Amino acid sequence: MSRQMTGAKMVVQALKDHGVDTIFGYPGGAVLPIYDEIFQQNDVKHILVRHEQAAVHMAEGYARSTGKPGCVLVTSGPGATNAVTGLTDALLDSIPLVVFSGQVPTFMIGTDGFQEADTIGITRPCTKHNWLVKDTEKLAETIHQAFHVATTGRPGPVLIDLPKDVQFATGTYTEPKTARVDHYQPRVKASIEQINDLVALIEKAERPIFYTGGGVINSGPGASQLLRELVDATGFPITSTLMGLGAYPASGKNWLGMLGMHGLYEANLAMHGCDLMINLGARFDDRITGRISDFSPDSFKVHVDIDASSINKVITVNLPIVGDVGHVLEDVLKVWKARGRKVNKEGLAKWWKQIAEWQAVNCLAYEQKGKSIKPQYALQRLEALTKGMDRYITTEVGQHQMWAAQFLGFEAPNRWMTSGGLGTMGYGFPASIGVQMAHPDALVINVAGEASWLMNMQEMGTATQFRAPVKQFILNNERLGMVRQWQELLHGERYSHSWSESLPDFVKLAESFGWKGIRCENPDDLDEAIKEMLAYDGPVLFDCLVEKHENCFPMIPSGKPHNEMLLAADAEAFKEGATLV
Amino acid sequence: MAALNIKQGSSSHSAYDLRDFHSEVESSHTLAVIVDNEAGVLARVIGLFSGRGYNIDSLTVAEIDHKGHRSRITIVTRGTMAVIDQIKAQLGRIVPVHEVIDLTIESQPVERELALFKVAGTGDKRIEALRLAEIFRANVVDSTLESFVFEMTGTSEKIDAFAELMRPLGLIDVARTGVAALPRGL
Repeated sequence: MSRQMTGAKMVVQALKDHGVDTIFGYPGGAVLPIYDEIFQQNDVKHILVRHEQAAVHMAEGYARSTGKPGCVLVTSGPGATNAVTGLTDALLDSIPLVVFSGQVPTFMIGTDGFQEADTIGITRPCTKHNWLVKDTEKLAETIHQAFHVATTGRPGPVLIDLPKDVQFATGTYTEPKTARVDHYQPRVKASIEQINDLVALIEKAERPIFYTGGGVINSGPGASQLLRELVDATGFPITSTLMGLGAYPASGKNWLGMLGMHGLYEANLAMHGCDLMINLGARFDDRITGRISDFSPDSFKVHVDIDASSINKVITVNLPIVGDVGHVLEDVLKVWKARGRKVNKEGLAKWWKQIAEWQAVNCLAYEQKGKSIKPQYALQRLEALTKGMDRYITTEVGQHQMWAAQFLGFEAPNRWMTSGGLGTMGYGFPASIGVQMAHPDALVINVAGEASWLMNMQEMGTATQFRAPVKQFILNNERLGMVRQWQELLHGERYSHSWSESLPDFVKLAESFGWKGIRCENPDDLDEAIKEMLAYDGPVLFDCLVEKHENCFPMIPSGKPHNEMLLAADAEAFKEGATLV
Repeated sequence: MAALNIKQGSSSHSAYDLRDFHSEVESSHTLAVIVDNEAGVLARVIGLFSGRGYNIDSLTVAEIDHKGHRSRITIVTRGTMAVIDQIKAQLGRIVPVHEVIDLTIESQPVERELALFKVAGTGDKRIEALRLAEIFRANVVDSTLESFVFEMTGTSEKIDAFAELMRPLGLIDVARTGVAALPRGL
């Protein structure tokens, strides 16, 4: 069935047809016709943000916690350019977004009109794909294709640029099912030869490890389920990147913890010493590999990725498999079971014995002493006091982010939203609002540092207006902690501009927006304060004053291999002999 | 590794790549990229090369199927085997890209370029330029009493060679189309 309607109405109609219930945005001259349509309906809820960057992060939080695409509406010029950081963040972390931007009317494009920017040109390298729609007749088809591209294959952000005259003009609305999508159908299934080869490797390996990433989460809850089945049935150890936490439960018996620059000792040494590495939906990021030439030198490497360009990009692998993690896991399980569920039991027993020795190092050890709160302690208490709750955690970027990954356990996918690839300070607060919009009754906590948090603090008004009871758990060390740590370890303790000067009174700030503010500086008061935060029905700004000079360990200094990681006890010796790389 | 009984970098299946990815030797590859002829598609392809630091030695583009709105972009690039493979994979994930063909791997492709040369001169030099043009099968497409414009098609090497010979004979301008290429045979 096709109907005549304006371009602006088509946008809203298409959102409804794609099941979109929430859109994050900010109005402006070039999108007024769309806002007029939004005003006249109740199916799509619009969340008015305070800055367009935050709109995109909210949509990311929405998308990552639901598995559905996040939607954003911004105006032309500055509206679109403000969205660029969020788009880049979503591109690097493979988050499906559909972003609509207004544009000056088609006849004005290229004249440097008011609030005109070359949005297509600017966003080309930070979207999976983008479209400028110059004809209302093509608008519906383009939107349907946009949803398809954003959510198919390796997910990512897409942008549709909509000149104002295209929004006003009338055209034919076509249904989503009529859209031409056959030209973009990435391969999801691996060949049976590849599956057989992987199964043969699983049967023989003496020192295997699963190295999983965000691709497992993106593949859907079914993939996490299959992963758990395969890991538990084979008895292989498993580690995950920052992006993949929750795919395998932190309470699972084969869990080694996160790997990488601030990953666990046992996870990194197991990666270094394994003879079979099965990479499922991770991409050998430089925060994972350390020095490339010494990365896991004796292992046979298998890489399953839906994006062929991820394979052999950084690390050359022995068995490349292009396909969707969920499909591949399903086939591997089927074939492995049919061939008799074989593993190298003797080898595995020795391997676990070795791993147990590494685990005994207790690499996350710290000492909570004196009157100041150690950030690790704050997170351990948060973990203990939210145990068993179906909670959603977002983070900003820096030390607190790494501590959160180390000390909080994730039992299910889609519960952990953090800016991994781009490392965007200011991500966590708006992301937490986006998560809360998708799960109105859930406990949503943003673990933050005070410096990151200030980068998008304007969204306090959004949380108040839309009654988002988000908990902002700020580990306030009055420092840019991670920058400070690198300056201490690698720049001769010259702390150039790495402290937070002129901080607000967070409690008063909270109250000024109608929030609850809590300050805690004594470890003895911490439990009660956290309970107060959890019990409060509304947004809370929790100012947790922590030890100012705590460093995040373990740490693989950049350019070093996995087996040269620093533990807290090694830090002083390292500083003395440090060379900058 | 020993327990797996598999030699690193090799496999019994032809589906696997047996080339040496660690080789530091750079080679030139001619890629044909079949794309939807839509606005901005060339910018996407070029942006990929500049954004990721790959080389373009030559690039040509034109619509080859007017009904289907398909264009063929022919790119001559250079890199180690690992880089070339990465370029092909990156090109392949651009949404309007339908096919990426590495002509250099698939066959010794037929490669041709068209070039125009403006040569100014009188007397012996003019006569010598015309004689050489005949040897190279270049056509005169414009002439005045003091100048010729020669048109020539051939491999890039042939065009380079002709340009070198014309230089002392009064070459003042060259225009080249870049390489168009097709695989040999069926």
